[in-house]
Amino acid sequence: MAVVVKLPTVLRPFAGGAEQVDVAAAGEPTVGAVFAELERKHPALRRRLTDEQGVLRRHVNVFLGDDNVRDLDGLETRLSDGAELLILPSVAGG
Amino acid sequence: MSEAVLLIGTKKGLWIGRSDAERRKWTLEGPQFEMQGVYSVGVDTRGERPRLFAGGTSEHWGPAVFHSDDLGRTWDEPPEGSIGFPKDAEASLERVWQIQPAPAEQPGVVYAGAQPSSLWKSTDGGVTFDLVRGLWDHPHRKDWGAGFGGQAIHTVLPHPTDPGKVSVAMSTGGVYRTDDGGETWEPANQGIKASFFPDPYPEFGQCVHKLASHPDVPERMFAQNHHGVYRSDDSGTIWKSIADGLPSDFGFPIVVHPHEPETVYVFPLIADGNRIPTDATCRVYRSRDAGSTWEPLTNGLPQVPSYAPVLRDALCTDQGSPGGIYLGTRDGCVYASADAGDTWTEVARHLPDVLTVRAAVI
Repeated sequence: MAVVVKLPTVLRPFAGGAEQVDVAAAGEPTVGAVFAELERKHPALRRRLTDEQGVLRRHVNVFLGDDNVRDLDGLETRLSDGAELLILPSVAGG
Repeated sequence: MSEAVLLIGTKKGLWIGRSDAERRKWTLEGPQFEMQGVYSVGVDTRGERPRLFAGGTSEHWGPAVFHSDDLGRTWDEPPEGSIGFPKDAEASLERVWQIQPAPAEQPGVVYAGAQPSSLWKSTDGGVTFDLVRGLWDHPHRKDWGAGFGGQAIHTVLPHPTDPGKVSVAMSTGGVYRTDDGGETWEPANQGIKASFFPDPYPEFGQCVHKLASHPDVPERMFAQNHHGVYRSDDSGTIWKSIADGLPSDFGFPIVVHPHEPETVYVFPLIADGNRIPTDATCRVYRSRDAGSTWEPLTNGLPQVPSYAPVLRDALCTDQGSPGGIYLGTRDGCVYASADAGDTWTEVARHLPDVLTVRAAVI
């Protein structure tokens, strides 16, 4: 199955300029598993989303539809075939 | 034809000043790394061509260390990242506070100091860094505190001739030193006051803001403390106050002249509870006798009331001849002196808060 990860402009340089990355994954993958696959394809992109312990960075929001995955099961949130993950920076930075 | 480069790390990106070997007139380029707090910059002049470093932190996307081999026109980082805690350390990098190339006799070695308090060593010229486990596993680590800026190793002083010897300083925690290449570390804070503890002279826990020494006299060290300016003549074993003659013993940076081991510079602020320049005047204080006497330097610095502090890494020297000295303020001004601080030239104004400056003549 495949999941689409949509990127904000500021992160596209870390994915070769792409607006979105198609990630193939087995079964019903979690958001974390999709990110792990993302790391294989674009390691510099994954580092911007999660820290070295695999924790989603505080001011990074990942939406599945209208839902912030933090309000679902976080990185354990299960995804179905064709799901779209939208990554957006939260309001931060001073 | 030599040229001079001045890296200016600010709260919102990096600017680069460029000049010739005279260092009297500067042009400014930037910003790069927009929306990143560039807390650490470095210039490695040891190799065939100089390598620049920038350690940025994005509030969104985290910290990263970049290097440039074309004097800051383009920047690289390895795909897997330059620096990050191993899983078993159970920690995440928050910020890189210091990037310090080792002496020329240790080619390829570059140290980094980071938050949470950790020392890192690169042996590939600063492309990738490994955690120095001896200090990370130190039994004191659980008792190191965090100042307002966070708990960080902000100063790394490699010994100029003995690769086994390194001193570091952290806020809070104080000075630690190794003489076996980083395997074992001991605190070196005797005589440095920690006014925020019931026992003001603890073994460790001091809030040392910056440490400096001259490579010709490595056993003599200078420290600007969270109240207190000190000198040690025995590599940090005993510290004695050299604050007499200064308008205040509070401040953040301290640097030594590149060619005069007796000449040292500080930027006094009124006090812990009032962190603006003394007499609302932008003044660098210089001692030419290792801290026995001090004189204010103002020629070319603002002659109007000035309330902007200078942060711990925003005072630096270059290795040019005569030696240059540079100052960056929290109101975004940068000044350069090519005559040991006697006169100053404005390099930039109205930048974001200046966090760090580093310069070199190449």
